[in-house]
Formats: sequence, structure tokens, C-alpha cells
Amino acid sequence: MPAKRKLLVAAVAAGAVALGSTGSALAQKKYDTGASDTEIKVGNIMPYSGPASAYGVIGKTEQAYFNKINAEGGINGRKINFISYDDGYSPPKAVEQARKLVESDEVLLIFNPLGTPSNTAIQKYMNAKKVPQLFVATGATKWDEPKEFPWTMGWQPSYQSEARIYAKYLLKTKPDAKIAVLYQNDDFGKDYLKGLKDGLGAKTSMIAAEEGYETSEPTIDGHIVKLKASGADVFISITTPKFAAQAIKKLAEMNWTPLHIVSNVSTSIGSVIKPAGFENSQGILSANYGKDAADSQWDNDPGMRKFLDFLAKYYPEANKLDASVVYGYGVAQTMVKVLQMCGDDLTRENVMKQAASLKNFAPDTILPGITINTSPTDFAPIKQLQMERFKGEKWELFGDIISSELSN
Amino acid sequence: MELFINQILSGIATGAIYACMALAVVMIYQAIDHLNFAQGEMAMFSTFISWQLMQWGFPYWGAFVLTLIFSFIGGIVIERVLFKPLAKAPILTNVAGFIALFAILNSSAGLIWDFTIKEYPTPFGSAPFLGSQLISTHQAGMIGVTVLLLIALYAFFRYTRVGLAMRAAASVPESARLVGINTSWMIALGWGMAAAIGSIAGMLIAPVVFLEPNMMVSILLYGFAAAVLGGLTSPFGAVIGGFLVGIIENLAGTYIPGVGNELKLPIALALIITVLVIKPAGLFGRPIVKRV
Amino acid sequence: MSAVQEAVTGAPAIEAVPKRAMTLGAGTSLIVLALLIVVPFFVKNFIIFQLTMLLVYGLAVLALNILTGGSGQFSLGQSAFYAVGAYTSAILMEHAGMNYALTLPIAGFVCFLFGFLFGQPALRLSGVYLALATFALATAMPQILKLGYFEYWTGGVQGLVVTKPDAPDIVQSALRWFHLKMSQDMWFYYFTLAITIAIYILSVNLLRSRSGRAFMAIRDNEIAASAMGVNVALYKTLAFGVSAAITGIAGGLGAIAVQFVAPDGYTITLAISLFLGMVVGGVGWLPGSIVGSAFIIFVPNIAEGISKGLSGAVFGVILFLVIFLVPHGARQVAMVAQHLLGRLKKR
Repeated sequence: MPAKRKLLVAAVAAGAVALGSTGSALAQKKYDTGASDTEIKVGNIMPYSGPASAYGVIGKTEQAYFNKINAEGGINGRKINFISYDDGYSPPKAVEQARKLVESDEVLLIFNPLGTPSNTAIQKYMNAKKVPQLFVATGATKWDEPKEFPWTMGWQPSYQSEARIYAKYLLKTKPDAKIAVLYQNDDFGKDYLKGLKDGLGAKTSMIAAEEGYETSEPTIDGHIVKLKASGADVFISITTPKFAAQAIKKLAEMNWTPLHIVSNVSTSIGSVIKPAGFENSQGILSANYGKDAADSQWDNDPGMRKFLDFLAKYYPEANKLDASVVYGYGVAQTMVKVLQMCGDDLTRENVMKQAASLKNFAPDTILPGITINTSPTDFAPIKQLQMERFKGEKWELFGDIISSELSN
Repeated sequence: MELFINQILSGIATGAIYACMALAVVMIYQAIDHLNFAQGEMAMFSTFISWQLMQWGFPYWGAFVLTLIFSFIGGIVIERVLFKPLAKAPILTNVAGFIALFAILNSSAGLIWDFTIKEYPTPFGSAPFLGSQLISTHQAGMIGVTVLLLIALYAFFRYTRVGLAMRAAASVPESARLVGINTSWMIALGWGMAAAIGSIAGMLIAPVVFLEPNMMVSILLYGFAAAVLGGLTSPFGAVIGGFLVGIIENLAGTYIPGVGNELKLPIALALIITVLVIKPAGLFGRPIVKRV
Repeated sequence: MSAVQEAVTGAPAIEAVPKRAMTLGAGTSLIVLALLIVVPFFVKNFIIFQLTMLLVYGLAVLALNILTGGSGQFSLGQSAFYAVGAYTSAILMEHAGMNYALTLPIAGFVCFLFGFLFGQPALRLSGVYLALATFALATAMPQILKLGYFEYWTGGVQGLVVTKPDAPDIVQSALRWFHLKMSQDMWFYYFTLAITIAIYILSVNLLRSRSGRAFMAIRDNEIAASAMGVNVALYKTLAFGVSAAITGIAGGLGAIAVQFVAPDGYTITLAISLFLGMVVGGVGWLPGSIVGSAFIIFVPNIAEGISKGLSGAVFGVILFLVIFLVPHGARQVAMVAQHLLGRLKKR
């Protein structure tokens, strides 16, 4: 056959094949590995063992939530296949599990992996492989860098932004305060401390004493003794639940009553306040973006009711007073929303695109007035917090909803 | 000066925790001539059992006694079932066994009782002790109980036949067998007693640090350090070691500038290693003589 | 307390493993080697990554075998040397832009010094006391890595990201002739394999040499060895140094394979895992290092597969089963197998 004819036949043949393979061009279903007509594979890495195993319950809550969604018909007719692995809070293990999820289990995305070290370890890999690392479970500030890491997105307000809110509050209400800081000596604590100092700006001299502690220490009593000796009248507790409770108790035992500010990760009535003692916790300040299930003010709140009904049906053995459970629900709900927004275009690119287009979305367990907003240049879904004071047996919200952005 | 005294007092209070644990460590060492890495987890598990009993309505002392008995029996059972078969295996294999026991206990506790911290009651109350704001009545009580335990153990090993038999079985097993001592059951008894002491330690420690499955992980290391510092063959040394570790740690953290906080534990451990290099059997231990 | 001194007359803590039994027969070695070379062509990149980690941890367990099984010194602190090696490689690669292959001998050397220095005070300690001292070292290492002073170099708690190397151009163009492409994982696997084989051969030779005999003499009866003229102090610290060096190289390889170093990755859990790997593989039996390494990598995954909530307990149960059935580790299995093969041959 002459060359021209050959070309024509080839073109027609190619065209026919192309047309045939796309089937009905009208449906426009697009899938990447991990998505199909019947299921969406969602990967997850949690510390179910090791020093951070208290957070493993987040993964269990998410599993239960996805079970609920599947029972109710799935997302646009597709079931969620939630594959969650244990990394024991060890970065090399996290890398192994991430690779397993992406290369062996072939998930569409990895959702809510927990821990700053683990997430830092897999960030480069995820971005190189172009797999979404969505709604990471850490408040480190570095997950909001869409230009450098377009496939990584955070969810909760960053630690630095929360600390800045406390700094602003102190500058306004107690400009002559002497501050004593107890911080956990890891990424969480150090990030917070930086935010606090940035927030105080020129007045970092207000910090009279700072004490770092390691999670390997059995008690932080010695640190508290030292901090009290500094004569401070404000005590900022950048601590995880166990140590926050120890601090509250020790302060009461020592009869030291400074203005006590505690970090958001330790505001749970069930995990911190109650064990430490209600009477010891009066007047403690913090900031929050979510509702506390132990707080009776939300008893008739429709969002909270939905959450409690979900627990009763799908995860009855959960400790509803554990803030991690509430957290897991909220972030899982956000994930479901994004997947719903994807419709039939379940490519990884579209998942990121939809995640970056959330407008005024409010999961059931977020405080009224706070909404989730993202954009292609804004990868920080929750940026607002409201301050609260502990009174009686619950947290009393006060003040306005504060945006934690730098511009303020 | 005030800070110095405060830190010493605070160190003694924390040291009481380590001393408690160190007693259990010395106990098991007396019985099996080795350190049981799962000792802390056994103590934690016992404390959870007592907590559960109290949740079910038992009064504090009722739960306390029941847990003591349960731990004693439990220790013996664990030894008979899991470690007697390993008696002829190399020591390193036994150590692997301890690690396996650790994993099992820690994981099971996490599953049964989950990881949120739980408040644990104290029979001594939490008021300031003698008006001092540094030591609460509970911590004073803890020191008191530890000293009582120490005296009881000392009396047991020194003045009772069983105590003597146990010491014989541990240090010269062949000779002990020749005089009719059932060395195998002595080991089981040692495990039971260590488990019981550990449970007391756990029940005393939990009110201060809050009860949760990972509660004893860090304390065990301090307990080992205290026992080694004081001398693994001496319960008295263990208790003194515990207080010393608590004080040294606090003082190191307060007075060594800059690195104080992050290196508190390493410095305390380094000091212990230094003591060991000078006095290999610990401050109060009996020197070990190796026969050629 | 009393002036009575405790006399220790019992058997030494580390059992003597005869020199010849410390290695594998020629035939089996070749089969294992062949498998290791050929398998990567048939599996996915992720499995190759796991195999690389298998070799890396195998090296670390090998080092521990030399130290404990060879010279009889009980160490629970190998994770400290692993960490130093890992960070040395990472810092040299990321801050000094050094070629990854060059960082390994440097990591090894640095760790050798570190191990040798640590061996000095350790001379006076033995048995349970040495175990505690090494345990203390391993616990202290993450804290030291987090120190503010070093933060510029180490990245502090955030750690350092490490760039994985591509296969060198020569190899790439050679393979292009066969229409084959070598992924980063595969290249790094063969690189690690080459180093592992080299170190294995060197270790076997070390243990067969005069120094090896000195180690074993010290392990079996230190006093007799010194009476025979063995410089106990020198050889004990040397053993620590060599073991630390190999662990350091393993650490460097591990850092490049995982592409990340952070203090949380080098905790006491790692030291305990390596110890378990040695016991399961068979103390003092060098080929067992791979078996031990496989145990500590794959059995936790299996345990997780069986029950997520009880993964630790399942792991503990499996470990118990293993040590009940084969208290001497994989070496026991191999010896039984050899015995059976021998009887079969006779028929």
C-alpha cells in the first residue's frame, strides 16, 4: 500500500479504537489507581502501638465512620475501602507503610496520617509520586505550602497560629504579665513555643521561665517546682493530655494559682480535666475549634446528636469523652465531603482540586461560626478558633471567633 | 537556696516512685539473677485490675488486697507456664521471653482499658504534707509504704528460712539442691513476690502519674537505674538508689544550664554508669567474685 | 550488706558456639546468594525496598552477633550506633553534598571510634550491668540528637530529608541496551547487597582469624583468656568498635533507603528489635542474621494483619512460640536440617 493510504488506515483504526475504549464519552468517568466504579481505596497510617498509641483511636473512629457511609450507600454509589496501617510513631515504619499503601495496596490517596515526624518522612515521597497526602493529623505549620508541596494538605489549626492567639490575648489583657512556659520537647511543643514568641513579638521578655520536658519522664513535677520559683503569674501548658493533667494537679497541690492556659490538644474533659479534678481546673483558658462531647451545652445540638447517634450504632465501645474520637469524626466527614465533590472524576488531581475548593463547609462537630475554607493558595482548612474558659464542669466559650492568620 | 531545697524535696518525692519499682526489680533479681523487663508491665496490669475492681464497686482496701493476691498467683503462674520451660535455654533467650511478655501485657491492657488516662485514688489523700507545698500526703505515704516494704523484705531475707532458702537457690543452686531446697519452686516464689511488690508499686504510683498502659515504661528504666546504683543484691540500696536518682535528676535539670532539660535522663544515667565503673556492684551491693 | 561475697560458678551467660558452626555451608550460601540477586527482577519496587531494609537490619544484627555472640558482650544499645551512622551519612549528604557511597566508610569510621570509646568504660561492666549501660546509651541517643546545639546540623526534632541516589549513568546506559530501566530502589538494593556480602565475608574472616579466636576466648572464659596472654581490654574494645562500625554503615544505608532521619526513628525499640533479631536468628550464628532481620521486619506486619488492636500481643505470642520451639534460634533449625540431610545422604 502507498504510504499515504497506510497512514489513513492507521488513523482510522486508531480513531475507532479510541472511540471504542472510551465508551460513552458522555459519562466522563475518570479514575486513577485506587478508584473504580464500585470502590474508593483510602489509605491511612496511625500509631496503633508505641508511645503515641493513645491516638490510634482516631483511626478506629474513621473506620467506623466510613462503615456508616458505606451502609448508607457509599459515595456516589462507591464503597470506601479504608486501609489503615500501624507505624508505631516511627518514621522509617511510616515510610514503609506509605509505600505499601501506594505501591502494593494501590490506594487513591493517603488520608489523615498522624504525627509530624511520620508525615515529614513521607511528604517528599507522596509529592514525588503525586499521591494526595490529605488532611494530615498534625498541627505543624508546614503543611500549608501549596507551591512546594502541592499534594500535601493539613486540617486542624496550626500550633503556631493557636499560640499566637494566646500571645495576642495576653498582650491585650495582661501586658505586664510574667509568663512561665512548660513545653513538650518535640515538634509539637517547639512549634507552639515559636508561635508564642512570634506572637509576643517585641515583648518576648514577658517569658520569665521556660521548661521543656521529655515524654519519657514519668512526671513533670520537678519542672513545675522550678517554674513556680520564677515568680510568674501566667502559666502556659504546652502539653499532651497526660502531662497536662499532671500539671493541673501539681499546681493545685502547690497552691499556685497563676492564669493557666492549656493547649488545644489537652482540652478534653474526659481525658484531662476530669482525671485532674474539676475543682483544680477552674478558670483554665484555652482555645478550641470543636465541640466537647462531655460538655452539656451541646446536649441538644443537632450536630452533636448526629455524632452521638453514629457512635451508638457504629462504634459503641468508643469513649465519647475522648477528644480524639470527636476529631476523627470531623476529619472523616471532611474527607467524605471532598470525595462527594469529586463526583465521577476520581483522579488524584481532581481530589486535590476539590480539597482546595472547600467553601464554608462545617462538619457536625465544629464550633458554630467556624467553617472550613480552602483555595489553591490556601491549604489550611481550619483557621479559626474561639477562646474558652473552664467553669463548673464545662468550657465556656467567650469572645469572638478569632482568625489565626498572620495578618492579624 | 530555697530552690535547691525544693528540688531536693521534689526529687525525694519522685524518687519514692523509683524506689518502689526498684524494690520489685531487686526482688526478681534475687530470685532469677536477671532483670525482668516486663516487671513494669506486670505492675501496670495489676494496677488496672485493681482499678477495674473499684469500678465494679469494691472499696479501695478490698481491691488492694485482692489485687495483691491475684498478682502473687499471677506471677507464679507466669513463671511456671512461660519461663520454667525456658530454664534450660540460654539467658538471652529468656530475655527475649521477657520482652515478649512486655509486648503481650502492654498490648492487652491497651485493648481492654484503652489509652485515655484514668484517675486512680489514693488512701492518703492529696493535701499538702505538713503544710509543705512540695510533698503531698500521698507522696509522704508512698515513702512510708516503701520504707515499710523495705523493712519487711529485709526481715524476710535475713531472718526467715524461706528467705534464706531463696537466696541460696539463687546464688548457689547446686549446693542448695543438695541440702534439699526445691530451687525450682523458689524461683516461682520469687516471681510471685516480685509481682506482688510490683503491684503495690503500681498502685502507689498511679495516683501521681495517672493510670494508662504506657505508665510504667519510663519508670521501669529509672527503677533499673536505681536498683543498679544501689546494688542489685540490696533492697536497702534499691530504695536509697531510687531517692538518689530522683534527686540527681532534678538537680541536674535545675543547675546544669542549657543542656539541663534535654539531657536530664542521659546525665542521670551517665552518673550511674560512672558509679558502676568505680563500684561495679553498686553502692550497697555485694561484690561479685568470679571463681576460675 | 554482709561481707560475704557472692561467688559465681555457673556457666557463662553466652553459650560457646564453635567456630565452624558460625557460618553456613558452601552450597546453601550459593543458593541464598542466587536468590538475593535474582528476586528483584520479579517483584515490585515496594518489595525491593523491603528487601533492602532486610539487608540493612541484617547487617545490624550481624554486628550484634559479632559483639555478643563473638566476644560475649551483652549490648542493648546498637540503636545508638545505628543512629550515629544514619545521621553522619545524612549530614554529609545534605549539608556537605557528598556522594552517598563516600559517606558510608566515613560513617563506619566515626562509629568505630564511638564504639571503641564506649567500650572503654564498658570494660569494667559485664552481664546485666553492661546490658543496662548500653540500654542507657540507647535511651539517651534520641535526646542527644534533639539537642539545640546540634539543631542546625541534625534538623532537631524535625529531622533531615535525604535524597535517594539514581543508578549511575554507566549502569543506566548499559541497561538501556537491553531495554531495561533500573529504578532507584533496585539500584540501591544491589548497592546494599554488594556491601552486605563484602561485610559478611570480612566478618567471617575476622571470626576465623586470630582476633576472632581472641574474641571467642574472652567470651568463653575471660580470666583464662587473659591468663593465656590475650589482651582482653584491647580485644573487648575492638569488638565494640567493629560492631559499632558495621552498625553505623547499616545506619547510613538505612537512612538513604528510607530517605529520612529523625530522632524518633532511633529509639530503644530499635535496639530491642535488633536484640530479638539476634536471638531468633541464633546467637553467634552469622547467617542467622538474615533470618532474625526477616523476623523483626515481617512478623510485626503479620501480627498487625491478624489483629490491629492486639498487634503487640500477637507479636509477643509468636515470639514465645519461636523461643519455645527453637530456643537457640534459626541455628537450631539449620543444624536439625543439616542432620536430617546427613541421614538422608547416608541412605
